[in-house]
Amino acid sequence: MERVFFYIFAVIIIVFAIASVTSKKILRAIMYLLMSLLAIAALYFMMDYAFLGAVQMAVYAGGIIILFIFSVLLIHHVEGEIEEPSKMRKIGMALLSLLGLGISLATIYSFDFKVATKTATTSVENIGKGLLNYGEGGFILPFEVISILLLAAMIGAIIIAKGRKNI
Amino acid sequence: MIENISIYELLTVSTILFFIGLYGFLTRKNLIAMMMAIELLLNAAVINFVVINKYLFPDMLQGVYFSIFIIAVAAAETALAISIIINLYRLKTSVAITETETMKY
Repeated sequence: MERVFFYIFAVIIIVFAIASVTSKKILRAIMYLLMSLLAIAALYFMMDYAFLGAVQMAVYAGGIIILFIFSVLLIHHVEGEIEEPSKMRKIGMALLSLLGLGISLATIYSFDFKVATKTATTSVENIGKGLLNYGEGGFILPFEVISILLLAAMIGAIIIAKGRKNI
Repeated sequence: MIENISIYELLTVSTILFFIGLYGFLTRKNLIAMMMAIELLLNAAVINFVVINKYLFPDMLQGVYFSIFIIAVAAAETALAISIIINLYRLKTSVAITETETMKY
């Protein structure tokens, strides 16, 4: 059963990702990206990381996709089409990507992963305690750095998008 | 881990996703479309972190923490890039990369 669902989600991820990078209409490309991101969140739920799946759905599907749609509606026509690259460039880049894919897959399949046999369930409580732990192996410093980074990005985005004339 | 699914299949999915994103980044001529390709690249990296944490070190959570940090950095990066794109559109009335050759003004 899990196998069937995994293959359904994998096919959704890959097909919609390809549609997203090849679609000519930009709003449709954003919708295809949304489907791909939701299928990735489903993979996290299947791996028993419910918190990470929820974060993926909230931040990506809720935040980033909305930002993309807003910017497209601000600067394009709704039916706006993307300028196509030349055919030679498309074929060359596809071959380059396939070459890289082949090399990476050959490396992955020749590496012997020592898969752990035991399974452990993770709760949201464990994740929160680990993130705010300032003892050995705690993640409190990166957590605070990320919060400063988000604040700086917010202020920077406001100042950059405000423009120069109207202060 | 997911029942009956080996680590190789999950890593195959994330590798294919990474190279689809790379193809999009190299062929797109529109700044917003290039940003979407970058999101695919970041997502492939996040899947790798999560899968390796779940399959090789199931009793640790470092991969989950790094995934959360990557998602936060991606959100910040998208907000900044879109504000830059909107400002650029005001100056040039275009978001094609052929129009934006200098970064001076």
